[in-house]
Amino acid sequence: MITASLNAYIGLSAILFAIGFLGVLLRRNALVIFMGLELMLVAATLALVAFSRFNATMDGDVFVFFILTVAAAEVAVGLAIVVALFRRRGTIQVDELDSLKN
Amino acid sequence: MFNALFVFIAVFTVVCALGAMLSRNTVDAAMCLLLCLAGVAGLFVALHAFLLAFLLLLVYAGAVVTLFLFIIMLIDVRGAAVPPRRRIATAAGAAALVLVVAGLASLATRGRLSLPPPPPGLPVGESLKAYAELLFTTYLLPVQLIGFLLLIAMLGVIALSRKAP
Repeated sequence: MITASLNAYIGLSAILFAIGFLGVLLRRNALVIFMGLELMLVAATLALVAFSRFNATMDGDVFVFFILTVAAAEVAVGLAIVVALFRRRGTIQVDELDSLKN
Repeated sequence: MFNALFVFIAVFTVVCALGAMLSRNTVDAAMCLLLCLAGVAGLFVALHAFLLAFLLLLVYAGAVVTLFLFIIMLIDVRGAAVPPRRRIATAAGAAALVLVVAGLASLATRGRLSLPPPPPGLPVGESLKAYAELLFTTYLLPVQLIGFLLLIAMLGVIALSRKAP
């Protein structure tokens, strides 16, 4: 049986969010950046589920439904964009995609 | 406060998340993400959100990570040279790390989240009923909006992945 305080869950959620954010900041590969975004969404859902459980309500859990759906749609569209980008430019390193810069 | 099993799952999840973000190989990153999601699903089970744990595995592990692997296969990016890190990105990462550590420290020392331990969860059938009731009464409009959003995403993906003339 797992027992942990709300603080522990919120702290873990913050750490996961920070790791995802670190990936988004530091990595140049668009696919890994997407994985970082997913990790941040999952960290947010963990906090929502923990709050929902400790407050004995269901609303946070239902909200996680919606987050899961939006995340799935986002991944589908984002990866389609990555594939289109790769077809046109031959790279998915975000450093080399700077045609709007000048 | 918390017991060994929680610590084990938490450390496992964090290590896998770090592996996903820091590994050079994209396939390794996707696999680490998969393990990390399994750890989060375990935490959901600990929080008595059984349906959400199942959905997380189904949607993320079953669909999202598989999609990532297909895309990695489709656009072969092996052998891409690793450019040196920009200094500003490293500085931003360090600042974010300091902020997170400060936030965690203040949560640990001054956090007032000491809710009473939760009551025993509903049995699985009852909790499914509660989900359904909320989804089809209070949150009926968001459910329909989400359905519409999925339709638009589907159309968008079809339009994006057409071959350019």
